[in-house]
Amino acid sequence: MKSSNQIEITAGIFLALAIAALIFLALQATDRGVVSGGSYEISASFTNIGGLKPKAVVSLGGVSIGTVERIELDPISFEAKVFMQISNDYADLPEDTSASILTAGILGDQYVGLEPGGSPIVLEDGDQVLLTNSAMVLEQLITKYLLSGDAQE
Amino acid sequence: MPDTHSQTAQPTIQFSDVSLTLGGRKILEKLDLAIPQGQVTAIMGPSGAGKTTLLRLITGQLKPDTGRVLVNGTAVNELSPKALNSYRKQLGVLLQNGALFTDLTCFDNVALPLREHTNLPESLIKNIVLLKLHTVGLRGAAHLYPRELSGGMNRRVAMARAMAMDPQLMLYDEPFAGLDPISMGISLRLIRQVNEALGMTSIVVTHDVHEVRQLAHQACIIANGHVIAFAPPETLQEDPEPLVQQFMQGLPDGPVAFHYPGPSLEADFLDGDQH
Amino acid sequence: MIKPLQEMGKAVVFLGQAISRMRLTSLQFGETLRQIYYAGARSLVIIVTCGFFVGLVLTLQTYDTLTRFGAADAASTVLALSLFRELGPVLTAILFAGRAGTSITAEIGLMRATEQLDALDLMAIDPMERIVQPRLIAGLIAVPALVIIFNMMALLGGVFFAVFVMGNDPMSFWGNMQNSVELGRDFLHGLGKSIGFGFLAAWLAVYFGWSAKATSEGVALATTQTVIATAISVLVLDFVLSAFML
Repeated sequence: MKSSNQIEITAGIFLALAIAALIFLALQATDRGVVSGGSYEISASFTNIGGLKPKAVVSLGGVSIGTVERIELDPISFEAKVFMQISNDYADLPEDTSASILTAGILGDQYVGLEPGGSPIVLEDGDQVLLTNSAMVLEQLITKYLLSGDAQE
Repeated sequence: MPDTHSQTAQPTIQFSDVSLTLGGRKILEKLDLAIPQGQVTAIMGPSGAGKTTLLRLITGQLKPDTGRVLVNGTAVNELSPKALNSYRKQLGVLLQNGALFTDLTCFDNVALPLREHTNLPESLIKNIVLLKLHTVGLRGAAHLYPRELSGGMNRRVAMARAMAMDPQLMLYDEPFAGLDPISMGISLRLIRQVNEALGMTSIVVTHDVHEVRQLAHQACIIANGHVIAFAPPETLQEDPEPLVQQFMQGLPDGPVAFHYPGPSLEADFLDGDQH
Repeated sequence: MIKPLQEMGKAVVFLGQAISRMRLTSLQFGETLRQIYYAGARSLVIIVTCGFFVGLVLTLQTYDTLTRFGAADAASTVLALSLFRELGPVLTAILFAGRAGTSITAEIGLMRATEQLDALDLMAIDPMERIVQPRLIAGLIAVPALVIIFNMMALLGGVFFAVFVMGNDPMSFWGNMQNSVELGRDFLHGLGKSIGFGFLAAWLAVYFGWSAKATSEGVALATTQTVIATAISVLVLDFVLSAFML
């Protein structure tokens, strides 16, 4: 049998191991926001955001550069306003950047895709992206297709 | 053993009119018993007669259905849980197989009650524990675990543990069961010595008739829920009661029947085919 | 139907007694630490091994399934979410019942059979304080600790499979997972569950040992009951907690 000292030391090591693993998992395996060092907020208005939800990814050229912070409905224009946190690493987005709501694969999550323009003026914290493409809603697409088919006949 | 003062001593434990039913079986029925102070009293009786029950009444583990159990004037069966705890601190109990804590060394086993109930410095506790272990001849085994010792030694360590708090009353539940003659001799001598040296009252539950003669100042035989004899062991030999005679001489048949109660022999064997 | 209900009632009464007799002054820190060693540190081998293999097989299965939908990237997310939220706490609690719970039950049952509990009582030492409480607290601490280690090992197993067997890029595997696992909703949720399971497992183990009949059959039956009762009640509690937390 081990002496009681050894037992207590082993128990202590065990707990220290668990705490180390806890800290590692909490810091390294979870999402503390994609943005780790500082971020700025931009917004964009869409007539329809489809199934976009807060925490959705904001990506540019397939790389995630931020997340959707919150979504509001403008009570006057009835447009959905999407607020996004963009990492400070990408502080030089041109002013004429366009935003679209896209879907990853057929069944995947919806996300905001940014397409940079060519303007030398950059977007600042609190600025709004003016060029937007709303989400494709399947029902609307089908209706559109059927109606246009009717029109041709 | 010669006994000169058994009838003069004050009773320290008194059972008055105690009845107890356990699991639908009447164990004790209107039992009266007074055990004198400062002596060794043996409680004997056939298996299942309620000897251990009697001890459990004294320790307060069981409460009688009716009647009172008085120890030094306090009614044990009426104590609150808290008062029962402080009462038990003055009690030394040796359970059937010692009941040592297997995860503690002999030293720690004996030290446990001292560490729990006193604020003595560790150096003083060490002295007391070694002294107690020395009394039972196992000072050298202080660092060993109970499983490294024989059954007889285990019981001696348990005895040292029971004595650790210098109790006024020592209870032994079958201290000789399953011991070899040497260990038995040692235990016998220890019980008597400790009793005399510390001036405590000792109660020994046993069915070893022979040992009782060397050990006890008086013996009490319980059967069928009653005390059927209470006298110094020598005089018990001459008791005319047939049950006492059967018990003292170890006769196989008598008032306590050899055969378990059942249908008669003829009924079982002659009508056997019809079953 | 009556008997399990009666047993449940007894277990609740027992727990009530154990907790009502708990006082800060009577807490046995040394003994609790020893029990953390017996229940926790000595369960490490089974937890580490099982955790690693659960991670391996889970990744293998999810890769195989998700590839059919062209979503193999999500494998690490599926692995981490199912581990943190369900598999880690549930499997660890059941493994704990088999490894540590049974030995707690058998230990206390044998203490009952060899009159050690009576001896404590007769020495005016409360066995609830000395035997039951340290084991309850140790379970409460050891199970969450084991769950964290189990999750850690399972993730390592997943990374191992993805990188060395499937030839994936370790950073993308880890990064995909990192993006979709939330600290509060997924990770801490699972940790909260594991505290509940630890308490449940320790409680049942101690209770069945405490109430075991003082015979060898009694102790054998009690250890079996510990495993069965823990497995069932962990799964039931898992459902209840998930329903409340989600």
